[in-house]
Amino acid sequence: MTSWPILSVVTFLPIAGAIFIAFLREDEDGARNARWVALWTTLITLAISLILVWRFDPGSADFQFLEKRPWLGGAINYSMGVDGISLPFVILTTALMPISILASWTSIQSRVQAYMIAFLVLETLMVGTFCALDLVLFYLFFEGGLIPMFLIIGVWGGPRRVYASFKFFLYTLAGSVLMLLAIMAMYWQAGTTDIPTLLHHAFPRSLQTWAWFAFLASFAVKMPMWPFHTWLPDAHVEAPTAGSVILAAILLKLGGYGLLRFSLPMFPQASVDFAPLIYALSVVAIIYTSLVALVQEDVKKLIAYSSVAHMGFVTMGLFAMTAQGVAGGIFQMISHGIVSAALFLCVGVIYDRMHTREIAAYGGLVNRMPIYAFAFMIFTLANIGLPGTSGFIGEFLTLIGTFRVNNWVATLATLGTILSAAYALWLYRKVIFGKLTKPSLFNIKDVGWREMIILAPLVILTIVLGVYPKPVLDMSAVSVAQLIDNFQHAVSSVQSAGLAR
Amino acid sequence: MNASLTLTGLVPLLPEIVLGLGAMALLMLGAYRSEGAAVLIDSLSIVLLVIAGVIVVLLPQGKLVTFGGSFIVDDFARFLKILAITGSAAAILMSIDYDKREGQRRFEYSVLIVLSTLGMLMLISAADLIALYLGLELMSLPLYVVAASHRTSLRSTEAGLKYFVLGALSSGMLLYGASLVYGFTGTVNFAGIAHSAAEAGTGLIFGLVFLFAGFCFKVSAVPFHMWTPDVYEGAPTPITAFFAAAPKVAGIAMFVRVAVTAFPGITTQWQEIVAFVSIASMLLGSFAAIGQRSIKRLMAYSSIGHMGFALIGLAAGTAEGVQGVLVYMAIYITMTLGTFAVILSMRREGGMVESIDQLAGLARTHPTMAFFMATLLFSMAGIPPLAGFFAKFYVFLAAIKAGLYVLAVIGVLASVVGAYYYLAIIKTMYFDEPAEGFYRMPDELKVVLGFCGLFNILFVLRPEALVSMASAAAHSLF
Repeated sequence: MTSWPILSVVTFLPIAGAIFIAFLREDEDGARNARWVALWTTLITLAISLILVWRFDPGSADFQFLEKRPWLGGAINYSMGVDGISLPFVILTTALMPISILASWTSIQSRVQAYMIAFLVLETLMVGTFCALDLVLFYLFFEGGLIPMFLIIGVWGGPRRVYASFKFFLYTLAGSVLMLLAIMAMYWQAGTTDIPTLLHHAFPRSLQTWAWFAFLASFAVKMPMWPFHTWLPDAHVEAPTAGSVILAAILLKLGGYGLLRFSLPMFPQASVDFAPLIYALSVVAIIYTSLVALVQEDVKKLIAYSSVAHMGFVTMGLFAMTAQGVAGGIFQMISHGIVSAALFLCVGVIYDRMHTREIAAYGGLVNRMPIYAFAFMIFTLANIGLPGTSGFIGEFLTLIGTFRVNNWVATLATLGTILSAAYALWLYRKVIFGKLTKPSLFNIKDVGWREMIILAPLVILTIVLGVYPKPVLDMSAVSVAQLIDNFQHAVSSVQSAGLAR
Repeated sequence: MNASLTLTGLVPLLPEIVLGLGAMALLMLGAYRSEGAAVLIDSLSIVLLVIAGVIVVLLPQGKLVTFGGSFIVDDFARFLKILAITGSAAAILMSIDYDKREGQRRFEYSVLIVLSTLGMLMLISAADLIALYLGLELMSLPLYVVAASHRTSLRSTEAGLKYFVLGALSSGMLLYGASLVYGFTGTVNFAGIAHSAAEAGTGLIFGLVFLFAGFCFKVSAVPFHMWTPDVYEGAPTPITAFFAAAPKVAGIAMFVRVAVTAFPGITTQWQEIVAFVSIASMLLGSFAAIGQRSIKRLMAYSSIGHMGFALIGLAAGTAEGVQGVLVYMAIYITMTLGTFAVILSMRREGGMVESIDQLAGLARTHPTMAFFMATLLFSMAGIPPLAGFFAKFYVFLAAIKAGLYVLAVIGVLASVVGAYYYLAIIKTMYFDEPAEGFYRMPDELKVVLGFCGLFNILFVLRPEALVSMASAAAHSLF
């Protein structure tokens, strides 16, 4: 075991940076220093989180780097740890934060200190959510993330930012409070909120059912699943670029992570009972939101709807409860984290130049911005799920995972991939190809150094993971296998008990 | 218990004696030194309250009973007395600058608050209905006077009168209830009532309902809340800050003590009443606050809502529930006092402003003030990791254990609705274009705001300190 609390350091280091920034002066120098402090804080956090990968033992399904301290009294402790399911998300978070900070380098000019503080606090809360091994602690981080995100959208967002930030906050809060009640009920039932213990606790059927719905209320909003997704397009469109990146790449993953960590293993029977509901919602999400994406006139909105569709693949894969489905779901989340972040960054690049997100305002960019056109193409193809990009692996695994369980669902979902090709290519053609006729675009500049540094790692990751997905799959393989094992065991023991009666 | 009172029998009463004698001495001092002594008397009142608080802490441990069992000092009383004293002392502290600027420097003001606090301490320790009524009236009469203390202002006098008339009515109901309970049980002592009221009779239930109606009035719970918005709005702002904190603590204390120690045999009956009151208060507090423009009225509805949440713990009727109530009240006091420190700083040329719009762009004009205010508002909305989350957490935890699922679900949904209007204030402060800045914040308000804000932020680091105290206090009742 580790001699120093490495997870706590990764989690709370950003807060330390935020406190430091709070003492900087409110002027031009202060703003510049705030950017550099934020960048270095996130980079150091990333470096420390990579130590986690290096010291992580992928051969064990147990939680590692455990920390436990008494906190709320009773059986509620400050307890941290990661396993193969949560570690990829931790790395995804710490890796995207420096990129987000860089993406905000010049586009955020007002109240820079406050902006950087909000982002660093958000990083702490997100990493904490993935590392928490106590339900109450998890809830604390999960819900606390609303505060900085609310401010990021509301203060630095677009014209309808007030509406979007309120909708985001209240929607998510309404979903989460029910989960809080379920957590309390579980506490009284099992006598603890320790997640590793609860993973092996057999909850009674009735509690499973309503607790499952309470958790779903929270995660379905966060994910978001159709029909609870309507906050997402608004929040995405109004948020500043880096805000959209974090929202799409990480906050949405909290929903999927929650389903995987809590709903499936803790309420296996309810998960089996209501899997058809999830399938139905997933298929609707995949097909319906893809169709909606086809008619969008706003670039960010189109990507937002495509996110909902991609999350549909995730939920479908997870609830298939096969090794491929779950592994595919995790991979799809990681891949979508990279690709959607990159797409929003691409939108940010042209938005910073033209200050409009309307698709119709662009066209023929390839003539002036070849490097940009190349990067955008890679991400568009990954968004479609073309073989050779990371998007393909996730979609393919979830589809074959589901096919073994339910042909119809898998077939319908496959239709969705055609639609995703339609809207993504349509967007690409409208924005990048064609003749450069719009006078406003004549002098547009290609990506600069800073933007290159932001996009290059994402291009590389997209292709590398598409060709060689093993690192991510291996990291989670044992944990996933154990999850499925426990799940099948719990379900079959209930069924045999039912037969015996 | 020996009927004849010895000097040692007065020991549990020491804080009250100190406050009583001190208040009279201050009154004399004020009468001789006349108006010039206001600041001196304000400071001395705070010192007096602090001394009383220290004595409460230093009293011998365990359960102290005196006056033939009608006055009791247990951990429950100690906990709430400290809270009430803190609330009163902070209210006096926060009034100093206001009184100076508004030309309201009257020494009687802080003496009245000390006397009212004396009433609260009595009330918190009361173990029979007579002592309870004495404490209640001693607490309330100074409140009526201070509500009307702006005697040239129509609003303030209206508030005082309204408060007095409705307060007298509620005292009457409470007395009527007390006499019914006495009539059907033959005793006024809580332990005695508990002994003879092992099962519910119609008469007893009637008495209980009237008693509870009186309590609900004092803690401004629905359906006896109507006075709250008008009195909060009409009273001078420092007085409103006082109303919102200490008397609520004392009111909740008597509510809990009577319900738990005098009527344990008919818990299921009063649970229903408390659950109804709690639901109604939460819903009204959340929905009615949405349309408010004046921040003082908004705080009135917000406090109604908070009382609803606190009462969830009582509705559970268990030691966990009472513990939740106590944690809630402790955190509620810090949130309320901190918020009022900001409201009291809303002053620019031409006097105080009270409309929420005037906070526009506070994040630019006064960033630190806005930050702490936003913290307190998020805390009141119950968003983790701030203290307000833990306040709600413990009452809901108790409600779930007691099987009150419907109450809990309505409660959390009401908290989402409530979050809307807190967010609306944050939006005004952070998203809107700045209005003209306020005057510099007086130092004593900075202290109160800074302390309350930091308490709400840092509570998450060591929650068990407060929680274990509340737990000990709650178990002393059972």
